[in-house]
Amino acid sequence: MSLTEQVLPRLEPVPPVDPSTAGARADGDGGADVRPRPPRRTRPTLARLARQPGLLLAWTVLALVALAAAVPELFTDHDPLRPVGPRLTAPDSEFLFGTDNLGRDLFTRVVYGTAESVQAVVVAVLVGLVVGSLLGLLAGYLGGWVDDVLMRVVDVLLAVPALLISLAFITALGFGTVNIAIAVGIGNVASFARVMRAEVLRIRGSAFVEAATFAGIGRLRLLARHILPHTAGPVLVLATLELGLALLSVSALSFLGFGAPPPAPEWGSLVAGGRDYLAAAWWMASIPGFVIAATVLSANRIARSVNRHQVSAF
Amino acid sequence: MITYAFRRLGHALLVLWATFTATFFLLYVLPGDAALSKAGVGGDGATLSPAELARVRADLGLDQPVVGQYATALLHALRGDFGTSTQTGAPALSMYVEAVPETLKLAGAALLLGLVAGTGWALLAAWTRWRLLRQALLALPAVGVSIPTFWIGLLLIQVVSFRWQLLPAIGNDGVRSLVLPALVLAVPTAAMSAQILSRSLEATLHAPYVETARARGASRSRVLLRHALRNSVLPVVTALGMTAGHLVGGSVIMETVFSRSGVGAITVRAVNVQDTPVVLVAVVFAAVVFVGVNLLVDLLYPVIDPRIQLRTARRTGLLRAGVAT
Amino acid sequence: MPVTHLLNPETRPEGRPMTPAVPQDEAPDLLTIEDLTVEYLVGGRRVRAVEQADLSVSSGEIVALVGESGSGKSSIAHAVLGALPAAGRIVGGRIGFDGLDLARLSERRFNQVRGRSLGFIPQDPMSSLNPLHRIGTQVTESIRIHRSASRAEAARQAVELLDRVGLPEPAARARQFPHELSGGMRQRALIAAALAGAPRLLVADEPTTALDVTVQKVILDDLSALARSGGIAVLVITHDLAVAADRADRIVVLRHGRIVESGTPDAVLGAPCHPYTRMLLASAPSLAAGRRRRSRPAGRSTPGATVTEPGGHRAPVAPTSGRDLVRVDGVTKEFRVPHTDRNQGWFRAVDDVSLTIGRGETLGLVGESGSGKSTLARLILRLTPPTAGRIAYDGTDIADVDRRGLRGLRARAQLVYQNPYGSLNPRLTVRQIVAEPLVGFGIGDRSARGRRVRELLDQVGLPGDLAERRPAELSGGQRQRVAIARALAPSPELLVCDEPVSALDVSIQAQILDLLADLQVELGLSLLFVSHDLAVIRQVADRVGVMRAGRLVEIGPADQVFHRPGHGYTRTLLAAIPGQGFGTRATGRAA
Repeated sequence: MSLTEQVLPRLEPVPPVDPSTAGARADGDGGADVRPRPPRRTRPTLARLARQPGLLLAWTVLALVALAAAVPELFTDHDPLRPVGPRLTAPDSEFLFGTDNLGRDLFTRVVYGTAESVQAVVVAVLVGLVVGSLLGLLAGYLGGWVDDVLMRVVDVLLAVPALLISLAFITALGFGTVNIAIAVGIGNVASFARVMRAEVLRIRGSAFVEAATFAGIGRLRLLARHILPHTAGPVLVLATLELGLALLSVSALSFLGFGAPPPAPEWGSLVAGGRDYLAAAWWMASIPGFVIAATVLSANRIARSVNRHQVSAF
Repeated sequence: MITYAFRRLGHALLVLWATFTATFFLLYVLPGDAALSKAGVGGDGATLSPAELARVRADLGLDQPVVGQYATALLHALRGDFGTSTQTGAPALSMYVEAVPETLKLAGAALLLGLVAGTGWALLAAWTRWRLLRQALLALPAVGVSIPTFWIGLLLIQVVSFRWQLLPAIGNDGVRSLVLPALVLAVPTAAMSAQILSRSLEATLHAPYVETARARGASRSRVLLRHALRNSVLPVVTALGMTAGHLVGGSVIMETVFSRSGVGAITVRAVNVQDTPVVLVAVVFAAVVFVGVNLLVDLLYPVIDPRIQLRTARRTGLLRAGVAT
Repeated sequence: MPVTHLLNPETRPEGRPMTPAVPQDEAPDLLTIEDLTVEYLVGGRRVRAVEQADLSVSSGEIVALVGESGSGKSSIAHAVLGALPAAGRIVGGRIGFDGLDLARLSERRFNQVRGRSLGFIPQDPMSSLNPLHRIGTQVTESIRIHRSASRAEAARQAVELLDRVGLPEPAARARQFPHELSGGMRQRALIAAALAGAPRLLVADEPTTALDVTVQKVILDDLSALARSGGIAVLVITHDLAVAADRADRIVVLRHGRIVESGTPDAVLGAPCHPYTRMLLASAPSLAAGRRRRSRPAGRSTPGATVTEPGGHRAPVAPTSGRDLVRVDGVTKEFRVPHTDRNQGWFRAVDDVSLTIGRGETLGLVGESGSGKSTLARLILRLTPPTAGRIAYDGTDIADVDRRGLRGLRARAQLVYQNPYGSLNPRLTVRQIVAEPLVGFGIGDRSARGRRVRELLDQVGLPGDLAERRPAELSGGQRQRVAIARALAPSPELLVCDEPVSALDVSIQAQILDLLADLQVELGLSLLFVSHDLAVIRQVADRVGVMRAGRLVEIGPADQVFHRPGHGYTRTLLAAIPGQGFGTRATGRAA
C-alpha cells in the first residue's frame, strides 16, 4: 500500500554518467574548448505523451475525474438522488452503469460522487503535506532536541498503521467526508515528515551548502536559496504519489461506512451499497470499484513519471 | 551487545508509551463527549438530565482533571486494564485478545503468500530476458498496489463464490473460508515486496562484485540466486514491520468484506459506536505488532549481512559498512 | 613544458626489470584484437566508444591500455570479457583468444572461458567482493563453477591461492568477510580469485586506482611477478602513464576510441610521435618537474619565495618575514567512533600537529587516505573545532572569534573542494554562484557585482558566455574553475584547496594547477594545498608537510622533502611513486 516507502531510495541525485558507458563524453576544458551545451528539456510535452500511450490514458482519466468533480451536469441529466428507471437494471445504452436497488442511475451517482471523493483526497494530501513538511523541516534544520522530540512523534505515527490512525481520529472527530480526509491526512504526516527531514539533512550535508557558508550568507538565505528549492522536488513527488494512496484510504474508510451519510453518493460508499446485491446486480459494486481502481492507477502512473522526471532533472 | 539490546527495548517501550498517550488524549480529550458516548446515548444526549450526566461522569472518573484521568488510565493499562467496552461491558483488552487468533490466521497466511509471491515475481522479472515480458512483469506490481482490496474481494466473491460456487463467500468456517480473504490481503503485500525487491535487485545486479562474479564464468542463475538475491533482500526485511502494519490495517477491511470475525471486525464496530476503550486497545495493539516485528527484524539483520552487528545502529551499520575503508 | 625526468636514482622501484622479459616474436599472440568497433546506444543515438582497434597480447607479456576517461579503454576490456553494459555492443572486428572469437561467443560458451583461461581483476576492491560471502568462498568460486571441486578441496585451494598472492595468515583470511580486510588485502584476494581458474590471460581494469600509492606498488609488483614467472598474459587498463611506463612491455595509447600510438615504453614515452601522447606526457605530473610558476611576478616579490624555471630547482624558501598568516600549535582532533568493533570510543584524526603558513606561500600537505590531512585543513578553516591546541589566523585565535568575526574569517580564507560536482549548487547559474559571496559579504552594488563576476570569470579563464549556464552543463575542469572563481570573489588571503584536481583527468589537472600557480602570483595568495598525490604537491608547493595517521611526520622546503627526506615514511612514499624507473632510462638516453 505504501508506495511512499519506495520513493525514498529513488530520491537521490543521479550520479554522473559512468565514463565507461559514455564513450562520447566531451572532456575538453578551459576557455578554448567549450563543452557543447546539452539540449535543455525542450521536447514538447505532447509529443512525449504521444509516445507513452499509458501515460496519455492516465492524464485523460484524471482530466475526466477533475471535470466530473467540477461540473457533474456536463456528463448527465439525471438526478443522483431520485429513481429514474426500473430497479436493478443491468448496464445498457440508457443506463451506462445500470441502476441500483432504488432505480437510481449508477452512472449519475458515480459522476456526482466524484466531487466528494476528490475533495477528500485533496484535503488529505494537503494536511499531510503541510503538517508533515513543516515537522520534517523543523526537525532537519534545527536538529538537537527539536529533532529528537519530533522524530519520536513520527515514530508513533509510523508504528501505527495509517488505517488505524484514521480510525482513531474518526472515533474522536465523528463521521463525515471531511473528518475522513483529515484522518487520512494525519496518517500521511509521517511519510512527508521523513522525506522532508531526510532531504533537508542530505542537502545540509552537501558540499555546496558548506561552500555557501564561505559566501557569508545568512541562515534564511541559505534556507531559501540552497535548501528549500532542493527539497521541494522530492516532497512534491511524494505528494503526487500520495494522491492515489489517499484515494485508496478515503474510499476504504467510506466503504467501511464512516463517510457521508447514506443518500449522498460517494465512491467508497457506492461500493459498500452494492455489497448486498453482489449476486443479483454485479454492476453495483464492481463498476464504482473499477472507477476507483482506474483513478488510483492513473494517479500512480503519473506520479511515477513525475518522479522519474524529477530525478533525471536533478 | 547487551546495552544495544536495552537501548532498542527502551526505544520500543517509549514508542508504545507515546502511542498510548497520544491515542488517549485524542480519544478522551478531543471533541465528542466521552461521557455521552460511554453512557451509550450517542447523539441525543438531551434525554439525560444534567444530574444523571454528572453521575455518569463521576462513575467514569471524567470529573477529574485530564492529567489525573490519564495517570489513572496509564496505571490501569500497565496492569492490563484498558477499561470496559461500552457496547458489551466486557473488559476491552480480553475482548480484543480473544479475537486475535482468527486475524492471525488471516494475516499470517497473507504474509506468507505475499512474500513468496512477491519474491518469486521479482526474481522472475530479473530472470526474464525478453524485454517486453520483463517490462510487463515489472509494471504489474504497480497495479497491485493501486487496486482497492475491498473491490478485489467483492469481485472474487462474485466470481468464485457465487458464479462458480467454489469457496464460501463469508464466515470463519475452516481453511476453505480463509482462502479468498488471505489471497486478497496478500495482493498488496506481494506487489509491494515485488517492487522493493525488483528495485533492489536492479541495483545489486549492477554492483561491481556481481560483474566480478560474471567474469568468473558464473551463470545467470548463479549470479541471481547466489550473489544478487541475498544482497537485495535487506530492504524487503526492513519493510517487514511496515508490512505487518499494513496487514493489521488490511485485515480490518478484509474482515468487513468477507464478514469474518476477528480484531478488524471488532475495531470497525467499536469505531461505529465510539467504543473508545476498544479503539484504544486496537491502536496500541497495532503498535505492539509493529514494534515487535521490528525487534525481530533487528535480530535478523546480522544473520543476513555479516557487516551488521547487533550493537551497530541499524542505519549507520547499513550505510557506513559499504564505504568504510 | 617539462618532460618526465629523473628524480632520484636510488629511489627507483624494482618493479620492472631493465630488460624486456620476453622477446616479441618468440611467443605467439594469445589475445589478438582486430578491427574492434564498439558502439553504445546513448539516449537513442549510437555512439562509437571504440573504433577499429588492433591490439595483441602474448603470454608472459604485460600490455597497458592507456587513456583518459571516455577514451574507450574500459570498453575494450569489457568487450574482451564479454561484459559490455546492456547499451553497448560489438559492431565489428574480432577478438581472437585461444582459438575462439570472443566477439561472437554465446553467453553459455563465454561462461566456459571466463574464470578459466580468462581472468579478471576489477577496479575497486572495496565493492568488487560480495560483502556477504567469505573470502575463501569467493576466491575459489571459479573452481567450483568450472570443476566440480568438493567443499573441502575448494577450501584447501583457497588457502593455497591466498598464500600465493602473499596474504599473511591465508587460512584466517579465507574465513573472514571482505569488510574485515583492508583495501590492499582485498585486491590481493581478488587477484587470487582471478588466478583460481589458472588463467592464461588476466584483464586488469585500473587495478590500483582506488588504492594508496604504497599499496599500489605492492599490488603492481604482484602482477609483474605473475606475468614473469607464471607466463600469464596481462592486459592492464590504466589512466596512469607512469604505472604503464613502469610495468608494461608495451603501451597502447587510446583517445576517443582510437588507438593513436603503441609500442614499447621506451618508444612511446621516449619518442612519442602522436601529439596527444606528447600532451599526456607533458601534463603528467612528475616529481622532477619542479614548482609551477608561469607568470612573471610583475613588480611584486613574494616574501621568501624564489621563482625558478620549470624543471629547475628552487632555492630553499627562506623563513617567512613578518608574521605568519596561519599558525597551528599542537592541534589535536578526535572523533567519536560510533560503536565499531574494537576501538569503542575516540579516533584521533589529527595528532599534535604544529605548522605555519606564510603569506604568499604554498604549503603542500600530503598523505595517504585517512592520514588526517583533510581534517587539518577543515580545522584551519574552523569548519570543525580542535580537541586540543590552538590555531591562530593572522595573530588571532580562531577559537575566540564570534559570529561576526567568523564571517570576516570566511571572507579572508576560502575553500576549494575536491569534487567540483558536489560543491556547486546545481540549480544556480555560474553567475549566481560566483556572485553569491559578493552578495553575502555585501561587496559592491548590483552593477559592480556584475563587473566583478565578469572579471573573476576572466581571471579563471572562463568565457563570459558561460555565465548563464548551470553546473551540469559544464565539464569537470570548467566546474572547478567556477569553484575557484567563487573562492576568489571576496578577495581572500588564504585559499585552502582540498584535493582540487584529484577528480580530473591529467590534462585538465595540469591546466588547473597552472591556473592556481598564476593566480597565486597575480594575487599574492597563500595556498594550503592538500593532496594524496606527491607529484601534484611537487608542482605547487613551496613547503611540504607529510602526514601519516594524524601526525605530521615531516615538514620542510619542497626540495628538501623530495630530495633529502628526513623521515622513513616519506622515503617509502617517494619510492612507491610509479614512473621513476622510466624516467631513469629516458634521461639516460637523452643525455
